Amino acid sequence: MRRKICQSRVANGEQKENMAAAAIQLRAELRSRFDVPFEAGKRREKKQIPTGIPAIDRLTQGGIPIGALTEICGAESTGRTTLIFALLAHATRRGYCCAWIDTAGAFDPASAVEAGVDLARVLWVNCGGNAQHALKSTDLLIQGGGFGLVVLDMADTPDAIERRIPLASWFRLRHAAERTGAALVAIARQVNARSCSELQIEMSAKKPLWIGKLLHGLLAQAMSRKHYRCDTAEFSAVR
Amino acid sequence: MLFACIHAPGNLALAVECARGFSPYIEEDPPDTVVFDVRGLESLYGPPGQLAREIDRRIGVKASIAIAANPDAAIYAAHGFPGVTVVAPGREAETLAPLPVNLLREASSQTAELLHLWGVRTFAEFAQLPPAGVAARIGDEGVLLQRLARGESHRQLRPIVDPLEFQEEIELDGFLNDVVESIEPLAFLVSRLLNEVCARLAAHSLATNEIHLRLLLERAPDHTVTLKLPVPMLDARAFLKMLHLDLNARPPAAPVLKVSLKAEPVKPRRTQHGLFVPSSPEPEKLELTIARLRHLVGEGHVGSPELLNTHRPDSFRMHSLAPDSRRAGNLAIAGLPLPAPPRLCLRRFRPPRLAQVIVVNHQPVRIASQSISGRIVMAKGPWRTSGEWWERDPWNRDEWDVALESGAIYRLFQDVRAGGRWFIEGSYD
Repeated sequence: MRRKICQSRVANGEQKENMAAAAIQLRAELRSRFDVPFEAGKRREKKQIPTGIPAIDRLTQGGIPIGALTEICGAESTGRTTLIFALLAHATRRGYCCAWIDTAGAFDPASAVEAGVDLARVLWVNCGGNAQHALKSTDLLIQGGGFGLVVLDMADTPDAIERRIPLASWFRLRHAAERTGAALVAIARQVNARSCSELQIEMSAKKPLWIGKLLHGLLAQAMSRKHYRCDTAEFSAVR
Repeated sequence: MLFACIHAPGNLALAVECARGFSPYIEEDPPDTVVFDVRGLESLYGPPGQLAREIDRRIGVKASIAIAANPDAAIYAAHGFPGVTVVAPGREAETLAPLPVNLLREASSQTAELLHLWGVRTFAEFAQLPPAGVAARIGDEGVLLQRLARGESHRQLRPIVDPLEFQEEIELDGFLNDVVESIEPLAFLVSRLLNEVCARLAAHSLATNEIHLRLLLERAPDHTVTLKLPVPMLDARAFLKMLHLDLNARPPAAPVLKVSLKAEPVKPRRTQHGLFVPSSPEPEKLELTIARLRHLVGEGHVGSPELLNTHRPDSFRMHSLAPDSRRAGNLAIAGLPLPAPPRLCLRRFRPPRLAQVIVVNHQPVRIASQSISGRIVMAKGPWRTSGEWWERDPWNRDEWDVALESGAIYRLFQDVRAGGRWFIEGSYD
């Protein structure tokens, strides 16, 4: 029995090698005539913007990818905005021009300054609760080029509206981000862009930190959905 | 070098207008004389005599015309001789010789009196005096006057400089025989004006940072649109798009009778980009994108926020994003260390959500609002903040940080001035 299994494994291995060799030969023959489909599969090595939070940078193996779509999802009070503000602070310090497309108008400039964001480099678009306007604004800004980081904040958008966004819209945004070299980050309650996003980070709150009569901070947990080597990371944010 | 002079007593404006038909370099010599550069016009009008007669024909009023190799000789000849005079090059002294010495307007009253006492009556008599003696007795002024009397001037023209006004307008009666009632034909006319203004700006190596569009309306107040640009630009298509967006958002209330467009001239923007500096949006493109965003989400909802110098919660103002122009200011921020660990951020509800809060033993225990409700498991506070009591709109409130059963953390405040009503200001995230 064992011998039969070993023989079948060897046969399978040989078959795979033969198939791989055949595929290489076929590609080599077709590349001269149809090089585009084979080149499209090659992914460029992407640069990243660090968030400045060591645990998150380890989790994401360097930070948020440039020229790609990243999704940060989670419920309320899970540290999503804190993470993005840390990223925004790093990006503005590095001289990137950033855009914050705010679906619900929740952006707090005072918190941003406390987080170290240089507001002079941030373009804030307050869409007043209109998700369609937010998507269109993101499209306009990212297609225009020149922005290093574009944040689409849909953290307070109801799930039903989020789900109604067609996958084609996310694909279009991802393609624009790739073309213009912007790091596009979407904050939402749930994962919406699915395969269009390069990185998905799911946030959850471990516990709020109280000291005396003060809310001292929040212990948050982040889980990367596309980096299987490092599954979770914890960080604390303080007031 | 060849200069023509028109001496038309009482008709200076007409003389200037006539001179503009021959040359762009015109010097006004008030109250009734203009002198202008006519070199190179021989191929068009023939020898200087014919050119002078052509000027005389065009001006259409009684005037003295003179042509000479230098502007002063032409002026004195036009002042001294009626009709058309041509002063041949090298024979200025001979031609000007019979002119009375009181034509030398540059002479001070003392010098004029001195010349009169000496018995000097004509240019010729003054020109014949020994220069050293004139210099010794009258000084530099005498030397200059004697040169003028000899027709030996070498000065340049002091041409009229037109004020740089970049303004164009169209009266619609003449073009369409009707008023414009929709945006598209109006945009077509505005495009034409913009192209003309931008071409003129480009010819002067200038750009603009402010454009004013004024529409004269039929039986209604004028409609004005002002584009204030954060950086100097010269892109007629971008301007047109921005004006178009504005007109679409705020269309004129009545048919348009006249379109007037004015651009404020400024020096164009020149920047040197660094090799290792991250790219930022092109200002021209960015301004157009921001105009589109304003059209989409509304005025005042797009811009770069700036905190105000006050303790009032949520105090900021929006201004245009111009990352390049503020780079120097950013260097100070760039040098500061980033906060570690990261700061817990607040997400604001705008406006704050009205809530009903049950308070037991001075502690909020339950909250209910349109979208948020639940039992409060932890509440810390109150923290009173107040200010600007000397203003019309002071604030005075007690703040609480509360955690609900769901795990969400909110900031509540009780507005002391609004009868103790409770509001949810935002959530910590």
